[in-house]
Formats: sequence, structure tokens, C-alpha cells
Amino acid sequence: MSKIASWIAVAGVALHVAAGAQVPVDIVAFDTPNDAGGSLTITWPRTEAAVSSYRVYVATAADGPFQLAVESATPGLKSGEPALFGYDDDNERFHVVHITDYAAGQTDEPAPLQDGTLYFVRLGAQTASGEVLGAVASAVPGGNWFNTAKWNNLILTIGLSGCILFFISIARRKDLFIRRIAGLEALDEALGRATEMGKSVLFVHGLKGMDQIPTIAAVNILGRVAQRTARFDTDLRVANVDPVVMSVSQEVVKEAYLKEGRPDAYRPDSVFMAATEQFSYAAAVAGMMVRERPAAHIMMGYFYAESLLLAETGSTTGAIQIAGTDAYTQLPFFVTTCDYTLMGEELYAASAYLSKEPKLLGSLKGQDVGKALLIGLLIVGTVVASFGVDFLTHLFAAL
Amino acid sequence: MLFMTRTLPFLFCFAFGFTGFAIYYIPHEWAQSVEREFALWLRLVYAFAYILGLVSLLSLHWSKIRQRQAGWAYSLVVYISFGVMFLFVVYNDGNGPFTSQATTGPYQWIFTSIHVASSATMFSMLAFYISSAAYRTFRARTPEAAILLVSAIIVMLGRVPIGAYISDIIPDTMQWLMSVPNMAAKRGILMGVSLGAIATSLRILFGIERSYLGGGGD
Repeated sequence: MSKIASWIAVAGVALHVAAGAQVPVDIVAFDTPNDAGGSLTITWPRTEAAVSSYRVYVATAADGPFQLAVESATPGLKSGEPALFGYDDDNERFHVVHITDYAAGQTDEPAPLQDGTLYFVRLGAQTASGEVLGAVASAVPGGNWFNTAKWNNLILTIGLSGCILFFISIARRKDLFIRRIAGLEALDEALGRATEMGKSVLFVHGLKGMDQIPTIAAVNILGRVAQRTARFDTDLRVANVDPVVMSVSQEVVKEAYLKEGRPDAYRPDSVFMAATEQFSYAAAVAGMMVRERPAAHIMMGYFYAESLLLAETGSTTGAIQIAGTDAYTQLPFFVTTCDYTLMGEELYAASAYLSKEPKLLGSLKGQDVGKALLIGLLIVGTVVASFGVDFLTHLFAAL
Repeated sequence: MLFMTRTLPFLFCFAFGFTGFAIYYIPHEWAQSVEREFALWLRLVYAFAYILGLVSLLSLHWSKIRQRQAGWAYSLVVYISFGVMFLFVVYNDGNGPFTSQATTGPYQWIFTSIHVASSATMFSMLAFYISSAAYRTFRARTPEAAILLVSAIIVMLGRVPIGAYISDIIPDTMQWLMSVPNMAAKRGILMGVSLGAIATSLRILFGIERSYLGGGGD
């Protein structure tokens, strides 16, 4: 796409070679790809000639007046922007700058480029003998409707989603083998122990808000846990750090109790705000663990430094501790201090695993198959890259 | 009733979820403005949710005070702290409640001198928690725990000058441990997390997982 734009722009360039110049100042101008608009991209060949700096001038008419937009002694190279220009070896030979505004003559404030307006651009190279001006190129800035640098991401997402949806459809027809997750098998044991001891179960949310996937996964698990505590008639306490998560959790727990036919057992204050700040939250929840001595602590979501404060305090109370997080920096702390830890994707698998519903289990199978495919690609990529072929590396690069 | 509690939330979820997915691939200003609008709505929701959170917090501690539960005095501290901070926010260093918050005055002083200091104290306690957790974990009772113990000793020594003083091999081994086995494990977890997030998103977008609406998936 950018190549086509370049060719169109080249066609619009009036050939002009400044007298006696060894300096290439003929430029290609085009709308900056993959942006929200209001930007033009200018490229020109590198030179070995002594150029102290380059200036890019912009005008709204072909005959000017041209106003300064960018001045740079060391403009970037196309090879530095693979998201726009790919990995072509030729990219080393071209400079690139992006223009978003230009000096508007009378005022001090630079004028931003307007989408849909035709702009004329020319390059000036500052040499020992003065400024060498190049040809005039033109282009129209505008917003783009698809970020072409994310093609690989989209294709991979669609491929993996297809794999997951395929196994969901398979799961409707036949039973699938799902690997055992010890942490989730232990959940019933923890809740049973709390019931036998006549003590409560403390569910602790992580710090992230309701717009984050680990929190959604934690809320899903809470729904399953609440169904079990309602069934066992065990007291459930849910500590929150985020008011939106608290509101959603209240509804989830209430619905779970209703579904188990125990709406009378639901207490609205069992799902509560402990604090809104990280360490205040840690202090409040740790205090509850020590004073109220719940029989089981279930910590789910995304945690930061408070993870060890909570889990280590909890372990001193003798409660069964089950933690689940996708925060890999906190995993060692949970593994060290908790009886069971759901690592990474197990957090996301928990709700489906606990439900035993075929459709949900099918998504787990699809997830595992997707992971196997990625591992296969990783192995192939490693082998191929070891022989100096970067194709696969570039194909999967996040741009 | 089922439409309001199940179908409508699912439709909202699908519409907003799919829009969010599409916006990720659309750099156009129009899409970005929609994203900004969503962020604005979220802030509005949060503003009201904070009121609910405050009510929940105060009612929780009120019931503790009323029932004289263990540690009820701490709940009294919550009320006193809330009252004092609320008064100083309204006072706003003499500027009143209808101007932006002053950067000086008693509210800022209490926040910096008590809240920030208390948080820093909690954070600094982590060092002791790490020590006690490490002590339990690093007892070499199994081959895995022994490997962990040796690795941890190398990493700890490699991070401080005494490691290089003992032998140059220690910092190099530490670097290898961090950038090869540790990085490999980290990336493996991240890959699984990404797939899990995609699977969870799909389950929610297509209405297969509805336990976030309460009461399980069916």
C-alpha cells in the first residue's frame, strides 16, 4: 500500500536537479500509513555528501510560499520503521521524516496538517556551499481504516479463535480429555474444610479493574465459588479494591446464591470494599486474615507487591490458600506461600474447568491445541533463524 | 425479566467487546474518538461506583463498631480518618470545596506524612516477608528445591559486588540464569496467558461464559 502511494507521489514530482548538487534532494511524499491522520511521510535517498542538516518545507500551493516544517541533522532511516516499510534491505538507503505541522508564517503557533488538503513539500539540504533545494512533491494526509502493521496479529487472532471455536463445536458432540489442574481440584477440598470447621472463606480480588481480563476471569471463578459456598452453607467474604469490581461481584454472588436456591443466605455486606489503595488494601485484608481466621483464602486476579504480604500473612494463619494470577512477577511469591497456585492461563481456564460444561471445556482444549501450534512454530522459527533466515521472526514481530 | 438480566447485558457485552476489538486495528481518528468516548463513560461509571464503594466501606466498619467485633477500634480509626480527611478536602486550604484541590495545606500534609509514609512502611516490610518465605522454600528437601536453592544463591550473589569478588563466573552465571531459563519460563507463561485471554474473551463475547452475570454459564 505504501509502495503504491510512493509511486503515485513519484509520478507527481516535478523533476528538478539543483545546479551542481551532488546531494540527492528529490523526495517521495505520501500520507503516513497506519495513523489517525494529520501526517505526511517524506523519504529521500541517503547520501555520502557533506550535509549538515536537512530541512523539509511545506506549502499549500505548488509555487509556495514554502514554510519550514522539520529540520534535522540526523534524520531517521526507513529501516528504523519496519511497521511502515517492512524489512527490505533497501530501507537502509533512505531517510524518512514525518510531518504533522509547519510554521504558519505570521503566528508562532505551528499549523497542523489538515486531512484532505493537498500539500506541496520540498527538501533543502544544508551544505557548505549553501542550501540545495530539491523538487516539489505533493501528498494529501488522511486517517487510515486499517493498521497494516497489525495484519500478523489479526491473522493469528483469527486463527487461534477459529481453533478455540472449532473445539467448542466438537465438545458439543463428544467428550474431550482435559488435563487435571490440581489447584482447582483442591477448591472443593478447601471449601469443604471451611464448612467442617464452621469458618468463612475469604475471596481476595487483585488490583486491576473490571476492564481487565484477569479481573473478569477472577469474577467468573467467584461465581463458581459462590455457588459452592451457597450449596455448602459456608460463609463467603469477598474483599475488593475497586468499586466497580465490588458492584459486579455483589451481583455475581447474589445470582449464584439465587441459582442454588439460597437467596436467604446471601448477605450484601459479604462483598465489601476493603480499601482503594494498594497497601491500605493489603493491610486491611491481612488484618482480616489474622483477626477472623478464615479457613480458606482464595486470591484471584492480577496482583502486585501486595501478593506476598497477603499470602505470607495468610500462610501464618494455617488457612488453605489457593492463588491464581497471570502476573508472572508475583507467581514465585504465590508458589512459595500458597498450597495451590493457578499459573498464567490456568486462571483463565478455572471457570470453565469448574463448570464442567462441555462448551466451556471445548475452549480449554482449543486453548491447549493453540499453544501446541505456537510451540511448533517456535521450534521451526528457532531452527530457521539459526540458519540466518529471518522470515518467520519478521512475520511474528509485533510492530 | 430474563431479557433485562441476561439477553440485554449479553448484547451490550457483544457490541462493546467487538467494537473494542475492531478499534485495536483501526487507527482512524473516528475510531480513536470512539475509544476516548468509552474511556469517558468508564470514568463516569467509576465516579458513581466510588459512592457505592464508600457506602460499603463505611457500613462494613459501622457493623464492626456496633457489634464490638475483634479489632473494632481500627474501624473507629477508619471513621475518624474519613471524617478528618473529608473536612480538610472541603476546607481545601481555605479555598472552599468549589475550586480545584490545593497542593498545600492540611489535606496534602496528612496524605504525604501519614498515608504515603504508611504505604512505604508496608512496602518495606516486604523484605522481611521475602526472607521468611525464602527460608521455607529454600530448604533443599527435593531435587527441585535444591536446584531452586542453588539458582537463588547464584542470582543473589551475582546481583551484589561480593559475587564478582568471589569469582567472575558468578555474575556471568547469574546473567545466563536470568536471560535463558528465567526468560524462557516467563515467555512460556506469557504465551499461555495470551491464549487464555483470547479464549476467555471469545467465551464472553459469544455468550458461552456468562458466570460474570451471576449464577453460572447456563
